[in-house]
Amino acid sequence: MNALTTMMLLPILGSLLVAVIPNDQVLRIKQAALGTTLLVAISGVLVWMRFDSANTSFQFTQSVAWIPSFGINYAVGVDGLSLVLILMSVLLAPIVVLAGWNESEGGRWSAKVFYILILVLETMMIGVFAATDVFLFYVIFEAMLIPVYFLIGGYGSGERAAAAVKFLLYSLFGGLLMLASIIGLYVISGRNGGHTFDITKLSEMHNYMSSTTQNLLFLGFFIAFAIKAPVWPLHTWLPDAAASATPGTSVLLLGVLDKVGTFGMIRFCLALFPDASKTFTPIIMTLAVISIIYGAFLAIGATDIKRLIAYTSISHFGFITMGIFAMTAQGHSGATLYMFNHGFSTAALFLVAGWMSARRGSTTIADFGGLQRVTPVMAWSFFIAGMSSLALPGLSSFVSEFLVLVGTFTRYPVAAIIATFGIVLAALYILIPVQKALHGPTTPGNENLPDLNLREKIAIAPVIAVIVALGFYPSPLLNVINPASAHVLELQGFTDPTPSDSAGK
Amino acid sequence: MEFISPVLNYAQLAPILIVLAGALIGVLIEAFAPRASRFSSQLFITIFSLVASFAALVRVRNESSTDAAMGSVAFDGAGVLLQGSILIIAILSTFLIADQENFTALAASVPGSEEERTALQTDLRVTEVFPLTLFAVAGMLLFPLSSDLITLFVALEVLSLPLYLMAGLARRRRLLSQESALKYFLLGAFSSAFFLLGIAYLYGYSGSITLVGIQQSVVGGAGNDVFLLLGVAFVSVGLLFKVGAVPFHAWSPDVYQGAPTAVTGFMAAATKVAAFGAILRIFYVSFANAEWSWKPAMVVIAIITMVFGSAVAITQRDVKRMLAYSSIAHAGFLLSGVIALSKSGLDASIFYLFAYGIATVGAFGIVTLVRDSSGEVGDLNRWSGLGKRSPILASTFALFLLAFAGIPLTSGFVGKFSIFSAAYESGSTSILIAGVLSSAIAAFFYIRVIVLMFFKDPVEDGTSVVIPSALTTVTISVSAVVTLILGVYPAPLIDFITNTALFIR
Repeated sequence: MNALTTMMLLPILGSLLVAVIPNDQVLRIKQAALGTTLLVAISGVLVWMRFDSANTSFQFTQSVAWIPSFGINYAVGVDGLSLVLILMSVLLAPIVVLAGWNESEGGRWSAKVFYILILVLETMMIGVFAATDVFLFYVIFEAMLIPVYFLIGGYGSGERAAAAVKFLLYSLFGGLLMLASIIGLYVISGRNGGHTFDITKLSEMHNYMSSTTQNLLFLGFFIAFAIKAPVWPLHTWLPDAAASATPGTSVLLLGVLDKVGTFGMIRFCLALFPDASKTFTPIIMTLAVISIIYGAFLAIGATDIKRLIAYTSISHFGFITMGIFAMTAQGHSGATLYMFNHGFSTAALFLVAGWMSARRGSTTIADFGGLQRVTPVMAWSFFIAGMSSLALPGLSSFVSEFLVLVGTFTRYPVAAIIATFGIVLAALYILIPVQKALHGPTTPGNENLPDLNLREKIAIAPVIAVIVALGFYPSPLLNVINPASAHVLELQGFTDPTPSDSAGK
Repeated sequence: MEFISPVLNYAQLAPILIVLAGALIGVLIEAFAPRASRFSSQLFITIFSLVASFAALVRVRNESSTDAAMGSVAFDGAGVLLQGSILIIAILSTFLIADQENFTALAASVPGSEEERTALQTDLRVTEVFPLTLFAVAGMLLFPLSSDLITLFVALEVLSLPLYLMAGLARRRRLLSQESALKYFLLGAFSSAFFLLGIAYLYGYSGSITLVGIQQSVVGGAGNDVFLLLGVAFVSVGLLFKVGAVPFHAWSPDVYQGAPTAVTGFMAAATKVAAFGAILRIFYVSFANAEWSWKPAMVVIAIITMVFGSAVAITQRDVKRMLAYSSIAHAGFLLSGVIALSKSGLDASIFYLFAYGIATVGAFGIVTLVRDSSGEVGDLNRWSGLGKRSPILASTFALFLLAFAGIPLTSGFVGKFSIFSAAYESGSTSILIAGVLSSAIAAFFYIRVIVLMFFKDPVEDGTSVVIPSALTTVTISVSAVVTLILGVYPAPLIDFITNTALFIR
């Protein structure tokens, strides 16, 4: 059986298992969920090891007719880009389950429902990256909103219902614009060789479109992805959702679901509409740069620790978008690696922040203080995660941020230079809360906070290990990413600018 | 003058004749059977004749002829599909109607009178609703098959008159129910008059009352175009009234709200199939070559209907009124299938009608179950927390709402995709854009109900979910399963429709 299909089936089977465990055996339910996600993570690593990085076409492919009269197939396959993102998703899932062991308890519904939603969501996270049929991608893209919606609205805190609705409406609006574009593509493919949703065949359709059509269809896709990513000014749903969701859900939301947006920009916007992508690049670069700076300023001003992490993500997604639309091989590789790294550093930040606020009963940064003395392990974890978020050399994000900036500079020096200020601001928005929360005198009420327990240590250790290991040795991932990035650009005729050698003369 | 004895193809007319015979037997039972045995025998006769009619339809499914009844009835693939849909919807609705809790004890009694009280005390039942249903079904079966305008008018009246009566049979808030019946009747009578006027103009234009005769005149181009234009306009008014398209929609919210919920479900689902069947046949057969005369106006009506229905639904506080406006919006979506004027438009319309009809019956079935001591609870605010009280029921209702909203993995999405792509394929970009935008608006109020049910706490005011009768359970679960299956694996039905749907000339 196809490896990807198996990976998608496993969580579904796991959710069925969870469903038959009686409601009162909460521990069993959690164990079943953790076991399933671990199994999926292992199979994800196996797929990565068997992946042939020299081969730039889709691997592990499977295609079964789904709705033949519309040319719709259940078609899956991975290239370097989707492999990296699937790997990130399946590695984060067990960490989220383990780290958020008690997250389901403050919820509106039972723990069982929580883990069923998580497992169903995992299936969709794999599917959305693995789909090579645009219709299948769209179906999963939309359907995965439903479990997230219930996870935020049912188990979050504060104004959770309102945040969930805001998230859903934003996403649905974007999704419907994309649906219009998909219908457009479908009709155009029908006029030029028969109805199809195959991504490879559709990537030739731009030859048959007028530039107006191509621009409009591009916008349908891009706006949907820009909402998802999120790019300024379509970001306003994210802070609310991230602040209301449980830390685990926030990790999945920012770490994985938002990546669908940036993934989609590469896979669909660039590959399907290369000319329109070039047309809109100046505007998108501007938006990306604004996102970087604006997100950073919001983060500096944030008083709520969860919102702070959400704002830093807006800044980071600006970097990713910039790397993508720089249309250079380095920029692309950097953006893809950035997606992976951002998943892990945000996971670390959110999980530790979640533990901090669960212990203190508050998410306000000012309520913490002196944690370094009281809870050294927790403080160190937050510190390392923060350093990774500001791209300290030696940690994984540095490699990707550097690649993005270098890749952008060769084509858009001004954008790259402005974006560099984002790094300076990053130092501020990380170091200020680190100073306030971790250092200084112990704020009254914090004296007896317990440090991380064994379960929490086990959950955070692999995240920090990945952050450090990839900082020193990113090749295992870059080997997979680089050929894929080069292939995407080459396929649609984007060439890297020739490096000017005037400096050497 | 020589008398020609009519030649009828009884096999092809059997589905209609069986239902009519059942209705007549029902009338006899009302007249002669003892009161105690009426209910069970009526229910049996109704279900039996609907099932027998369906069996008769299956037997002749591959036949097609224009001579089923001397050129007045065209029996063809599209007709079979529409009749089949109507019968299935009718059977499911009859199960709901069988729950007599909804109906007044004695329709003839004055509301609030001594007579009414006695009738309630002696537990009388309005068993006459069963033969009325059968008469309406017979009219609906004939409506989309009629191939001349006189037959069409007769069928229209046969289906409408019983519905006017049935709308007035509600057990509670009887004045409202009777008012709605009167309103429906008066406006229906007006629209019938318009329809007749249109027939007269079309006869004046072409000298023929058959659809084919009119088509030949259109192709020949000999007639007076003013008459054609007036004829098309007036006939359209009559038909658009039945489907509730703006600006002929004013009756539908009041009637939906006032009528007994089971009747509303039947009316909303089955009437729509029948009326759209007739619209499709007339426009595809007679006016296909006179696009100039109706397409621009129809595009405008479709767009206004979509946008108006979706926008006004947002402000509704009553679940039945909300579903009424949602059905107006869906009428707009369905008109895009008429505008498409292509084979794929026809296929998509039939699929959409079936999927929408089934989901509608299921949704109204659920509405009948949410009650307090004085009957059904329509006020949406009192539905809050339903997910806590009755998770399965609330989830099922959410499924139907998601199907109406067109979320992937429900039948509504497949329907929306196919009907919009058909419209866009034949060049109606404006329909595609308006459709997608009003879907986004519509999503808002469907989701609002889901929020109410799942994210709000229950109000303690006596609102409760009654345990559904076995028949109601069947209807709701069949509708839910069909809605889900058609969303996940619609290929068999789509292929069947594609291979079968055809209008014979």
